[in-house]
Amino acid sequence: MSILVNRNTRVITQGITGKTGYFHAKGALEYGTQMVGGVTPGKGGTTVDFDLEDGRKVSLPVFDTVRDAVRETGATASVIYVAPPFAADAIMEAADAGVELVICITEGIPVLDMVKVKRYLEGKPVRLIGPNCPGVITPEECKIGIMPGYIHKKGHVGIVSRSGTLTYEAVYQLTTRGIGQSTAVGIGGDPVKGMEFIDVLKLFNEDPDTYAVIMIGEIGGTAEEEAAEWIRANMTKPVVGFIGGATAPPGRRMGHAGAIISGGKGTAAEKIAKLNECGIKVAPTPAEIGETLVSVLKERGLLEKCLT
Amino acid sequence: MNIHEYQGKEILRQFGVAVPRGKVAFTVDEAVEVARELGSPVVVVKAQIHAGGRGKAGGVKIARNLDEVRKHASELLGKVLVTHQTGPEGKEVKRLLIEEGCDIRKEYYIGIVVDRASGRVVVMGSEEGGTEIEEVAARSPEKIIRETVDPAVGLLPFQARRLAYAINIPKELVNKAADFLMGLYRVFVEKDCSLAEINPLVVTGSGDVIALDAKLNFDDNALFRHPEILELRDLDEEDEKEIQASKFGLSYIALDGNIGCMVNGAGLAMATMDIIKHYGGEPANFLDVGGGASKEKVTEAFKIILADPNVKGIFVNIFGGIMRCDVIAEGVVAAAREIGLDRPLVVRLEGTNVELGKKILNESGLKIVAADSMADGAQKIVSLVQ
Repeated sequence: MSILVNRNTRVITQGITGKTGYFHAKGALEYGTQMVGGVTPGKGGTTVDFDLEDGRKVSLPVFDTVRDAVRETGATASVIYVAPPFAADAIMEAADAGVELVICITEGIPVLDMVKVKRYLEGKPVRLIGPNCPGVITPEECKIGIMPGYIHKKGHVGIVSRSGTLTYEAVYQLTTRGIGQSTAVGIGGDPVKGMEFIDVLKLFNEDPDTYAVIMIGEIGGTAEEEAAEWIRANMTKPVVGFIGGATAPPGRRMGHAGAIISGGKGTAAEKIAKLNECGIKVAPTPAEIGETLVSVLKERGLLEKCLT
Repeated sequence: MNIHEYQGKEILRQFGVAVPRGKVAFTVDEAVEVARELGSPVVVVKAQIHAGGRGKAGGVKIARNLDEVRKHASELLGKVLVTHQTGPEGKEVKRLLIEEGCDIRKEYYIGIVVDRASGRVVVMGSEEGGTEIEEVAARSPEKIIRETVDPAVGLLPFQARRLAYAINIPKELVNKAADFLMGLYRVFVEKDCSLAEINPLVVTGSGDVIALDAKLNFDDNALFRHPEILELRDLDEEDEKEIQASKFGLSYIALDGNIGCMVNGAGLAMATMDIIKHYGGEPANFLDVGGGASKEKVTEAFKIILADPNVKGIFVNIFGGIMRCDVIAEGVVAAAREIGLDRPLVVRLEGTNVELGKKILNESGLKIVAADSMADGAQKIVSLVQ
C-alpha cells in the first residue's frame, strides 16, 4: 500500500504541450505512471507523441478542457505545469471537473490567487498538493512531478517535505541504506497551499504499509509546530524530523515564498524545540537524516522490517 | 518588493484612504518649496528609506517655519541612518517626505497580512499604536484584534466596524475608521500586497482618521500584473548583487561569513548554510541556482559570490536530480576556468553519473576538491578557509 497515488492512478497533465509539461510527462511515462492524456486549451483533438528511452512509442490525447479529459480518459489525478498567471485557474478547473487529486508543480503563483483557490476547494471532494512542489511518488508504481525517479526504492518509510531537493537528499540517504519508501510527498514551499503536514501525516498514520515517517520542514510559519502537536496526540508510528534554515537571518525570504522569519516567528530553533518536546527526534544536519531515522527504527525494533 | 512611505501614501490617496497632505523632495530647495506650498504651521520632514525605526534614529523632524525645514532637510539628505532594521552599516537618505503636521489625539495600529494557518487575509488592529506590533503581541496579545476575511465576499463593513469598536476608536469616528479599513483592504487585494501596515493610524483633534505612516510590501509573484508598482522600485535600496543575481534567475542573499555557497533548491541551500555553520564555518551567502545548473548560470553565480571580498572559498552542493552529474561537473569546471577562480572550491555532487562527475572535477587541473557527501564537503571547505 501507499498513500495518494499507486499503480491504478490515472493521470492527466495540464499544460502538456508546454516544454516543462511535455518533459515531465515523458519522465512519468518512462517511470511507468499511467499517463492518460493532457489538457491545453485550443489544442483539443490533437495528440502528443513520446519516444521513450526504452524504445516504446506512446501517443496521448489532448483536450481543451479538464472536463473533457476526465470524461474521455477516466483520469483520477491531474498534474499542473501551467505558467503562474494561469495556474490558479487550472487548479480550480481540475477541482470542478471532479479530479480527486490535483498536484500543482508551478512556482510563482501570486499568494492572493492561492487564497481564492483554497476557498474554492472548500467542501469539494478533491485534494491539492502544492503549488511550488516537486510532486508525489509511490516508488515503482506512480511518479507524478519533477523528482528523479531512480533515487527511490519501494518500501515502508513515508516522507513529507516542504522542500524539493532536500526531499531527494533524504530519499537518497534512505535508498543507499536499503530502506525503501512507501510514498514521498512534497507539499511545497508556498505560504498558502493545499495539503499541509498534518493532512499527509494522517494518511501515513492510516496506511498499514508505512512504518515510520520523515518530516522535513523549514523556517517560516508554524505548520511544523502544529504538526508536532498533532503527532504527539495521534501518531502511532515514529516520526523523525529535520528543519532547514537555522542560519537564516530574520526578515529575508530564502528562495521559497514561505521561507521567511517574520515578527520573530518561525525560527528553526523554535521548531526544533517543539519537535523535541513532542518526542520527535530531529536530525542535527541534513546529512544525518538517514542515520537519525535508522537509530529510531533500531530503538523501536523496526529496522529489519524497513529494509527492503 | 518594498516601496517608500511617500509612494505608499500616494497609492492610499488614489483609493480614497486618508493621509496627510505632502510630497516627496530630492533636494533641500525642493523640500522648502513643498513646505511653502503646504502652507501649514507645522511641517514634518521624514527621511525615506526602506527600513522601519526611522523616528528613533533621528530620521523624522518637526519644522515650524521654512528655515527649520531647510535646516532639517540639509541635515537629513545624505545622512546615513542606522535603525534596528538597516543593520550597522545603515542606509543613506536620498529622498524626503515633506508633510503637514497634524494634531494627534491618539495613535492606533492597523495591519493587513495573509495568514498562512487559515490561508486567508487577516485585518489586525490594536489601540497600542506607534510601537512595534511584535512587542504588543509579546506583552499583551489580547490587545491585538483580528478579523479574518472570506475571499468570496471581501472585508465586510460590519467586520470593519467591529474592529474599530474593539480597538476603542472614539464612537463618533467609527464610521470614518471603517471606511479607512475598507479602503485599505481594497488597496491590499487590488495591488497584491503582502503587507499593508499603518503604524500609527491617528485620530486627530479635528476629528479625522488618517494614516500617519504607511508601509506597503508587494508579493513578488504578482508583480507581472502590476507594472505601475514595478515602476516604484528604488534600486538604491536593494543589494546590487541581489539585483544582478535575479537577472539570471538566481536567488541570492548576502550574509556575513566567508564561505560562498552555490546550491540547487532553496531548501537544500538553507540546509547547506546550516551544515557549514554546524562544522564551525560561516556561510557568506544563500544562493539557489535553481533546477538547471548550466555553465552560464554557474559562471554568473561564481561572479556574484566572488564579488564579495570576504569570500575565502566556495562550496558547491548540487543534487543532480534530472540533470546528470557529469554535465554539471563540466559546467562547474568551465565556469571556474573562465573566471580564473583563485580560491578553494569544494564540490559535492550526487545523482546520475556521480563517479564520472567526480572524475571530471579531479582531472580538471584546477584546485577543485570533490567531496564524497554533504558532510564531507562542508568539513573540507571549513578547513580550507581557516
